[in-house]
Amino acid sequence: MSRIKQRFDDLKSKHKTALIPFITAGDPRPDITVKLMHALVEAGADLLELGVPFSDPMAEGPTIQAACERALEHGTSLTDVLDMVEEFRKSDSTTPVLLMGYLNPIEVMGYKKFAQHAGSIGMDGLLTVDMPPEEASGLLSELALANIDPVFLLAPTTTQQRIEMITQQTKGFVYYVSLKGVTGVKSLEIKPVEKKIKEIRQLTDLPIGVGFGIKDAESAASVAQVADAVVVGSAIVSLMAKHKEDEQAILTQVPSFLQELRRAVDI
Amino acid sequence: MQSIPSLPDENGHFGIYGGRFVAETLMEPLDELKKVYERLKTDKNFIQELDQDLQHYVGRPSPVYHAERWSKILGGAQIYLKREDLNHTGAHKVNNTVGQALLAKHMGKTRIIAETGAGQHGVASATVAARLGLECVVYMGAEDIKRQALNVYRMKLLGAEVIPVTSGSKTLKDALNEAMRDWVTHVDNTFYIIGTVAGPHPYPLLVRDFQAIIGREAREQIQTMAGKLPDALVACVGGGSNAIGLFYPFLEDESVAIYGVEGGGHGLASGQHAAPLCAGKPGVLHGNRTYLMEDVNGQIIETHSISAGLDYPGVGPEHAWLKDVGRANYVIATDDEALKAFHDLTRIEGIMPALESSHALAYGAKLAQEMNPEQLILINLSGRGDKDIHTIAALEGIKV
Repeated sequence: MSRIKQRFDDLKSKHKTALIPFITAGDPRPDITVKLMHALVEAGADLLELGVPFSDPMAEGPTIQAACERALEHGTSLTDVLDMVEEFRKSDSTTPVLLMGYLNPIEVMGYKKFAQHAGSIGMDGLLTVDMPPEEASGLLSELALANIDPVFLLAPTTTQQRIEMITQQTKGFVYYVSLKGVTGVKSLEIKPVEKKIKEIRQLTDLPIGVGFGIKDAESAASVAQVADAVVVGSAIVSLMAKHKEDEQAILTQVPSFLQELRRAVDI
Repeated sequence: MQSIPSLPDENGHFGIYGGRFVAETLMEPLDELKKVYERLKTDKNFIQELDQDLQHYVGRPSPVYHAERWSKILGGAQIYLKREDLNHTGAHKVNNTVGQALLAKHMGKTRIIAETGAGQHGVASATVAARLGLECVVYMGAEDIKRQALNVYRMKLLGAEVIPVTSGSKTLKDALNEAMRDWVTHVDNTFYIIGTVAGPHPYPLLVRDFQAIIGREAREQIQTMAGKLPDALVACVGGGSNAIGLFYPFLEDESVAIYGVEGGGHGLASGQHAAPLCAGKPGVLHGNRTYLMEDVNGQIIETHSISAGLDYPGVGPEHAWLKDVGRANYVIATDDEALKAFHDLTRIEGIMPALESSHALAYGAKLAQEMNPEQLILINLSGRGDKDIHTIAALEGIKV
């Protein structure tokens, strides 16, 4: 059983909602990432979503774009990100790690080489923003061989027919993008999210994570009522940007924000 | 193997290139666009409306001109120019914006967005938006805004809002990212007019279809004028829309050699160029798989060309396919060669070409000298050079 499925099964038996913080690997400097990953787990993260920096992050708002630029200033590559996951795994064998990124760095590394290496160091899932299932067959077969869960997105514009097709290709959990837009810009409205999640539940047994527009404890709490996982990205990344010159502040402020979210999600 | 003109396939693939690599939110809107386009492209009323616009608003057909004096001086093949510079707004870009604006109108969209590099596509989009009374927002890299102040002002005069893009390299690729971000946010009321034959399916297909009028006209015109097909076609390639527009109707004419000319900047060896087909590798960017300028880690790298319209790290997927199957040759002209061609055509023929088109002219001139006077070269003069006067004057140390 994959670490992601195991984690969702455990949480389900405890009637808990998963909390998934997102950070961009290498932001603001590569040497902080692994320390922060451990600190986030300590503060209550159930899964970690680690962004692979890309020069042209088409689906990101200004906050995560800037994080990519900070990480790329230090040359953080896909290889470096996998090294960070390997380092993290040395002292945490249970927390699932999901990589989020864009296809081109994986294309350049090669699907087979990427999947074999990522699988061998204990990476658990992959979300490739700009690769819908229609274009994914080559990569999916390599991920399957390496026991890596492909996580796909669903959006407000996704039709019922596509939900069925996408969830058949997805493992671990499916990620619902709560609004039309880029990361970190708008606040979500819970009513339409609730409605869409009901629709998705009719069509799949996979756990449903919700991301985009979750900015604070209040929005995290309302999403936790309807979803199986709450993903928080830009709110965390903007806190990191605020303290980008101060490693200690990041390692205390970011986990403390996550604890606040944890309490809200667990209510 | 499928015959080349029947591509792309149902999912937008040209061999391994093309496709639809976008975030999930855009998959359904792209599918809707594809369906609407498939319906309208054979709809009599739509075709008639488009033809009327091209004739009375754009000013088509554009002439083919025999550059006799220049040909004689070069001493080789006869050079013919397809005069897209004479179109309304001064370049081939308007062929596509007129077509896409009609699609927008039929889809009931009230807002148009566009990305632009040199500003020609931005101007052509602002123009059609003004005419249809649609709101228009143009994304343009902050660096390009500095280089192309005249076109920025033209867009504003036409009522468009020009938004400077300050992320990444602050040029065309970043403007495209930003336009995609806008579209994903306002997809209900907004039509995104992509300016080149790149992006997710169906854009490379529909932009090619709207630009193919260049080659269809030219194929007739040159046979009327010279009594035969040309021996070679030459066009500049940034994203590649003017080039595919010229090439496409000739793809099955095996006797016609095809040359696409990329922005060679300071030369391939310098690394400072905009020539993904000549010096890049296949990868995925902006919704399609194609040749890209990228580093060893798959990050997109900054390009250089004297011409803002060629300054782009990717290229339309159909060109990538034509390169791999060997139907078209892709070559470069450097900044210096393009500048020389700009001056030559201006002085010898009294036609001031755009810097983008000057790359095609530079390679065409070189090619002509290797051929004999009975042979014909057809070069796409894709735009006029007025917009570049400040750039050229600055390079030559002249204050205008």
